[in-house]
Amino acid sequence: MVCEDYVTASTVEEALATLASLRGQGRIIAGGTDLVIQLQRRERQLSCLVDVTRIPRLNEITMDNSYVIVGATATHAQIERSPLIRERAQVLAEACSMVGSPQIRNVGTLAGNVVNAQPAADGSIALLALDAEAQIANLTGHQWVPVASLFVSPGVSRIDATTEMITAFRFRAQAPRESSAYERLARRKAVALPMINVAVRVLLDADGSHIREAHIAIGPVAPVPFRAQEAEAALKDQPVSDEVIIDAVEMAARESKPRTSLLRAGKEYRRELIRVLTRRALHRALEHARG
Amino acid sequence: MGKTHTLRMTVNGEEVELQVEPSATLASVLREQLGLTGTKIGCEEGECGACTVLVDNQAVNSCIYPAMKAAGHRILTVEGLAHNEQLHPLQRAFLEHGAVQCGYCTPGLLLSAVALLGRNPNPSEAEIRRAISGNLCRCTGYAKVIRAIQEAAQTV
Repeated sequence: MVCEDYVTASTVEEALATLASLRGQGRIIAGGTDLVIQLQRRERQLSCLVDVTRIPRLNEITMDNSYVIVGATATHAQIERSPLIRERAQVLAEACSMVGSPQIRNVGTLAGNVVNAQPAADGSIALLALDAEAQIANLTGHQWVPVASLFVSPGVSRIDATTEMITAFRFRAQAPRESSAYERLARRKAVALPMINVAVRVLLDADGSHIREAHIAIGPVAPVPFRAQEAEAALKDQPVSDEVIIDAVEMAARESKPRTSLLRAGKEYRRELIRVLTRRALHRALEHARG
Repeated sequence: MGKTHTLRMTVNGEEVELQVEPSATLASVLREQLGLTGTKIGCEEGECGACTVLVDNQAVNSCIYPAMKAAGHRILTVEGLAHNEQLHPLQRAFLEHGAVQCGYCTPGLLLSAVALLGRNPNPSEAEIRRAISGNLCRCTGYAKVIRAIQEAAQTV
């Protein structure tokens, strides 16, 4: 790793002021599980890292009215084990439990997963299905923006980590008759990129017979994390039935654009995986939502 | 070289204070400044787990872990496992089960196992497999490692 200085910030304001004084030569570091590798490979040149993981309370996972708030420096391991997330946003707990290895999950953060903007990032895919927002802090203040709006292209997000940072995520906690699920297949069960990953969230009507709303996020089938909106529309206000699910799954496979990849698999196989994993995730979430 | 920072941490129960470069990783400080070469460098990109050490009882890949992150924390390396010439029960079990061949992955596997047994003294085989899923072994495989951890769990 190459950098000339390392600053450990004790407040968000201090981190932002330090970045400002470095005029683009500094960068936020959270877990560093991607950034340190990029620095070691000299894919990035920086003069200073600004560590935000010791900012008090920035890693807390809390409820605020009907919203779950996940602090920016919460690690994947912390999220995976959080009773609140496991209860009110299973999809995120499941996704975080599949990132990298135990060593990576103990250090890597959800915010880092989003800022790195990989189209297959487990955390980003789950946040998309949750319709999550990210709070961005910079010298002009704080604002909440949809996570879905943060991705530009593979590896490029709208967060400029040389001047700003994510401070938290928020999403509506699952209510009764609402549930979510995450599915992924990779060449091996650990430390492997997903060939396809799918996150779903479903809300049923009061008697549990119809789907009021469904969110389906899929990766990596586009340059950025992808929402299967046609499949979502096909599920909306429909009865919970195998035919409805089969139709939606077909639609998800049709509207996604998986490519043949040496790292992952052929596009035909990956399209079939979209069908299988979307069906599994929908079945699991619907079953749980019906209680 | 440019400026250095003072790093204070506890390594294998002893407080240490040393000057480190801002870009140093924990693995390089342990190996090159403290002479603790039991921590191995393998892939240097967080895939193989040969560099695994514990920071406050949690397994981390020390070769991609900035040394400055260790400030104020308790670090455990393979050198800290044995006490008074007595091997740690996991080390003994690895020997007895032949869970070691070339040995390069062994320190990391041991520390992942220590972390597991620290929070779950009675793990299932699935839990053991998951706990060591970030540690690659390219010679002997995992069956004997898993048996060794199972046995050590009964004696710890």
